[in-house]
Amino acid sequence: MNRRIERHRNILDFAISSLLRRKGKNLSLLAVYAFIVFIIASIVFFTQALKREATLLLEGAPDLVVQRMVAGRHDPIPITYGDKIAAIRGVSAVSPRLWGYYYDPFTGANFTLVASDDDPPAKESIYIGSGVARIMRLTTGVHWSLRGAKGTPAVFSVQKILPGNSELVASDLIQIREDDFRALFDFPLGRATDLAVVVGNKVEVPTIAAKISRQFPDTRPILKSEMLRTYDSVFDWRGGMVLVILSVAVLSFVLFAWDKATALSAEERKEIGILKSIGWETGDVLLLKSFEGMVISLTAYLVGVSVAYLHVFFFSASLFEHALKGWSVLYPRFGLTPVIDPYQLCVLFFLTVGPYTVATIVPSWLAATVDPDAAMRS
Amino acid sequence: MRNSTWFLTLIGTLLAISSLLVLHAAISRAGGGARLASNRELLRRLKLSDLCLFTEARYTRHPAMADRHAAFQDHPMALEHFPSGSLMSPPDFRREAP
Repeated sequence: MNRRIERHRNILDFAISSLLRRKGKNLSLLAVYAFIVFIIASIVFFTQALKREATLLLEGAPDLVVQRMVAGRHDPIPITYGDKIAAIRGVSAVSPRLWGYYYDPFTGANFTLVASDDDPPAKESIYIGSGVARIMRLTTGVHWSLRGAKGTPAVFSVQKILPGNSELVASDLIQIREDDFRALFDFPLGRATDLAVVVGNKVEVPTIAAKISRQFPDTRPILKSEMLRTYDSVFDWRGGMVLVILSVAVLSFVLFAWDKATALSAEERKEIGILKSIGWETGDVLLLKSFEGMVISLTAYLVGVSVAYLHVFFFSASLFEHALKGWSVLYPRFGLTPVIDPYQLCVLFFLTVGPYTVATIVPSWLAATVDPDAAMRS
Repeated sequence: MRNSTWFLTLIGTLLAISSLLVLHAAISRAGGGARLASNRELLRRLKLSDLCLFTEARYTRHPAMADRHAAFQDHPMALEHFPSGSLMSPPDFRREAP
C-alpha cells in the first residue's frame, strides 16, 4: 500500500516539476481558469442567496393583489371593488394599497411612496428607508419638501429612518399617512392603487383569482406564487447579461481545452518520448498528465469558489454592482444570507475539472502510444 | 520540501478555507433569522409585494406588478434600455378573464 502511495507521490512530484518548468504559461493558465470559476461561482452564489431571501421574505406578501386595467395600463381601482371581493366565499380580508413613485429632480432618484394604516407616522411626517436617507442626506427630525401634484411644496418631517438591514425590502421607501399621500398626489378619494386580498385557505387562491377575473373583467389578480416566480427569473441564465457572461466564460474554457487538446508542444512530445525510452509505461505517462491537469484544475476550482464566496457574501458582490445599479441613482446596499448549494457546486466541479483533465490526457495518450524514437525526433 | 508535500499542503489549506466558509454560511443562516423576521414583518405591515433590487424603472422596481410588455409600455418603439431588464426577465403569468 505504502509503495503504491509513494509511487503516486513520485509521479505527482514529477508532474509539479514539469509544470514549474513552464511556470509563466501555467501560472497565467491557473489565473484565467480560477477567474472563470470565480465568475460562474459568484453568479451561482448570488442567485441562490437572492432567490432564497425572496422566497422567505415574500411569505409575508399578500396572497393576492388585484390591479385594475384601463386600456392595457394599470389604473387606480375603486375601493368599492374591495367590498364585492370581500363577499366572495373564502376571502378573509381585502385592504386597499396606496403606493406610487416620487421622482426627485435634484438627485434624479425614484422613490417608492407607501401609505399604510399599520403603525403610520404622525401627520406631515414620514418614515424613510436607509437608501433615501443616504442619498438625500436626511436625518431624523429634519424637514424635507416634496413637490405635490399641483406644483405646491409639501413639507414633511423625517420621523424615523428604517433600519439599514431592511434595504433589500425598503431602501427607497417613504412611508406616509394616507391623507398626506392623497393630498400630495391629488389621489382621488374612493380609489386605491390596488387591492391586497387575504385568503383563509391558501389552496383556494387560484379559484378565488379566477372568480375575481370573471366578476371584474377589467381587473388582473396577481397571486403570491406568481410574485415568487418572478424572482426565480432573476439572473436567469437565459437573461441577456448573464448569457453574455456565461458564454464568454464557457467559450474561454473551451478555448483552453482546445489549446490543451491540440497543441501538445514539441518539448512535451519529446519529454514523453524520453520518459517512455527510460522505461515509463503508457499508464504512467497518462497518470503524470492527469496529475498535471488535476493540479491546475483543482487549485483553480478551490481558489475560484472560495474567492467567489468572499466576493458575494463579504464584499456584497461589488463586481456586479455596476450591472445591478444600471442607470438608477439609488442603489440599495444589502447583505445576503449565505447559501451554499452542494448540487450546483458539484455541477460546476464536474463541468470544469473533468473536461480540463480529459483534455490534458487525450493528446498525451496519443503521444504516448507512438514509438519513443519517433516522439523524440518529432 | 517535496513538491507533492507542498501541493498537498496547499490543497489542504484551500479545503480548510472552504470548510470555514461552509461553517460561516451555517452560522450566518442561524444568525440571520432575526433580520429576516423583521424584514418579513415590515413587508407584511406595508403589504409589499416586491424586493428593492433595481430602482431605475417602474417595472424593474416592482417586477411582480409589471406587465410582460413592460419594457415597451411607454410607446410602441420604446425598446428595453435599462441594464437591469437584462438581469430579470418579465413575469410569464397573466390571468385574463375568460
